[in-house]
Amino acid sequence: MSRVEGKPGRLIIGIGNPSRGDDALGPLAIERLDALNLADVELLSDFQLQVEYVLDLAGRDEVIFIDASVDPALAGFSFLPVRAQRDTSYSSHALSPAALLAAYEHHHGRPPPPCHVLAIRGHAFGLGEGLSAAAAAAFEDALVFLARRLSVA
Amino acid sequence: MSLELETATNPEALRRVAIEPISRVEGHGKVTLLLDEDDHVRQARLHIVEFRGFEKFVQGRPFWEIPVMVQRLCGICPVSHHLAASKAMDQIVGVDHLTPTAEKLRRLMHYGQILQSHALHFFHLSSPDLLFGFDSDVARRNIVGVAAEYPDVAKQGVLLRKFGQEVIRITAGKRVHGTSAIPGGVNKNISKEERDFLLKDIYPIIGWSRDAVHLAARLFEQNLDLYNSFGRFRAHNLSLVRADGAMDLYHGGLRARDMDGKTLFDHLEYSHYWEHIHEQVKSWSYMKFPFFRELGPEEGWYRVGPLTRVTQCDFIPTPFADHERRDFLAFDGGSATGATLGYHWARMIEMLHAAEMIKELLHDDDLLGSDLVVTGERRERGVGMIEAPRGTLIHHYRVDENDLVVRANLIVSTTHNNQAMNESIRQVARQHLDGRKLTEGLLNHIEVAVRAFDPCLSCATHALGRMPLEVELLDAEGGRLDAVSRDMQGCC
Repeated sequence: MSRVEGKPGRLIIGIGNPSRGDDALGPLAIERLDALNLADVELLSDFQLQVEYVLDLAGRDEVIFIDASVDPALAGFSFLPVRAQRDTSYSSHALSPAALLAAYEHHHGRPPPPCHVLAIRGHAFGLGEGLSAAAAAAFEDALVFLARRLSVA
Repeated sequence: MSLELETATNPEALRRVAIEPISRVEGHGKVTLLLDEDDHVRQARLHIVEFRGFEKFVQGRPFWEIPVMVQRLCGICPVSHHLAASKAMDQIVGVDHLTPTAEKLRRLMHYGQILQSHALHFFHLSSPDLLFGFDSDVARRNIVGVAAEYPDVAKQGVLLRKFGQEVIRITAGKRVHGTSAIPGGVNKNISKEERDFLLKDIYPIIGWSRDAVHLAARLFEQNLDLYNSFGRFRAHNLSLVRADGAMDLYHGGLRARDMDGKTLFDHLEYSHYWEHIHEQVKSWSYMKFPFFRELGPEEGWYRVGPLTRVTQCDFIPTPFADHERRDFLAFDGGSATGATLGYHWARMIEMLHAAEMIKELLHDDDLLGSDLVVTGERRERGVGMIEAPRGTLIHHYRVDENDLVVRANLIVSTTHNNQAMNESIRQVARQHLDGRKLTEGLLNHIEVAVRAFDPCLSCATHALGRMPLEVELLDAEGGRLDAVSRDMQGCC
């Protein structure tokens, strides 16, 4: 897939509500990454993924989604590739990363760029709450991992 | 206005079916049905199962923080909260009239929000039901199914949504968590380059919006009996209108009409809304039930939103949308104006109006002006009201001498529609479910009725792994007889 001129090659999207406890993990990660002044990286933060993000994904070398996860099997964080897959998140105001990639294929008529999800275990999501202790610890580990992967650690 | 089916006389002897959470609406909603042994529906309720506590969230904060902070209440319509709170804070700083530049920039932001929100709802949340049928194959009944069979419709939905988001980004200063509306005005204008960037796309946006109105109208016409009767109920109506009676989604006076079209109040100054609008609490839902004080809680509930706004205004002040409004009112003797599924058609008329308003504003050089803020004498209380995508939104604050918010009351659009949504699902339960064995398709009929209102039961929390839909069948003692859940891979 060809790069779009003027568009950074790597896109990182933090997903979540900063005022909803551990749902803030994604936006907080974007804040921390922003301070690193990463080259050739665009950082975005939003409450949830929506279908128009298929336009943001176009022309990238890689896309990374960062989101809180409520998967009880997840101990701290995971970094896994994600592929296009139709799922019932289409039926909500919010799309999952896999569903967004499926929408991408239909919209652009070609496969999406390589994508990964950095999922960080969240535990509490109350309005006005800060990060839980467990999520805060996982968050730091996840950021160290991501910074190394982005070659700035 | 009957409350039949709200509370069964013998709930202990009935089976309970729960649709939890409702899909394609925002937040944590649940519908419960109580069925007797012959599958007749005896009770139907839409519950809100999460206590939101928004008012507590903002108490003790400096008033100037509120317009930015309230955007975190809702990931779906943050701009509406940003603007309603800003209008309330205008009053707190003693400002009744903004500069032309400030008001037009706020309006532009608001119409961008209306456009993107209505596009998302029609193209991506409702079109799967409307294009394929309410009980069509669930694997096909989603936006990917629409993209596969109606690729142009799906693409236009994406581009309309994106354009609205770009209007918000440019006017609010950021793609999310915008900061531009401040007490007394705005903190930035837009540049000529930004204006021209938006102008280059506005004409196809208007064209696609007109196509969307015609698609909504065609769907109604092709399924006339179903669309006319589905979840239909009679209700009073509430909306803002401009001083000359025109549709105005940013500012106006309150107009309320009863179900026969008789005016209850008109051009009411909204800063005293509480003299006419009260809220009732019911034990089975965290969401309150607003009603017109003059009529009382049982008779005084009403609906808000696109259907109300399009039918209550005297005209729409943009030519294409007003033409479509007149066609809508005249269609089939006016039948669509009282139909729950008429919301979709009305919503597309509003989207067209928003596109036309954006075009009009982009041609106004006041957007480039530098007179951004007005000051006045501090007041203790401020009320901001706006017609958000889903309906009338009220923000009401009291601020102490230390500039801290000591009291807040928010009545969001979906709360105004609480009883109306309940009434609609009861009608659908009577019409489509009563006495029949329940299937996913039949249960989806309930969701189609709720979805027509585009409710935002917002929690704006979307961690990976949440279950989007679970249906449980329980016996009279609450024991689980059967359950179906659809996981994130779409498995049932």
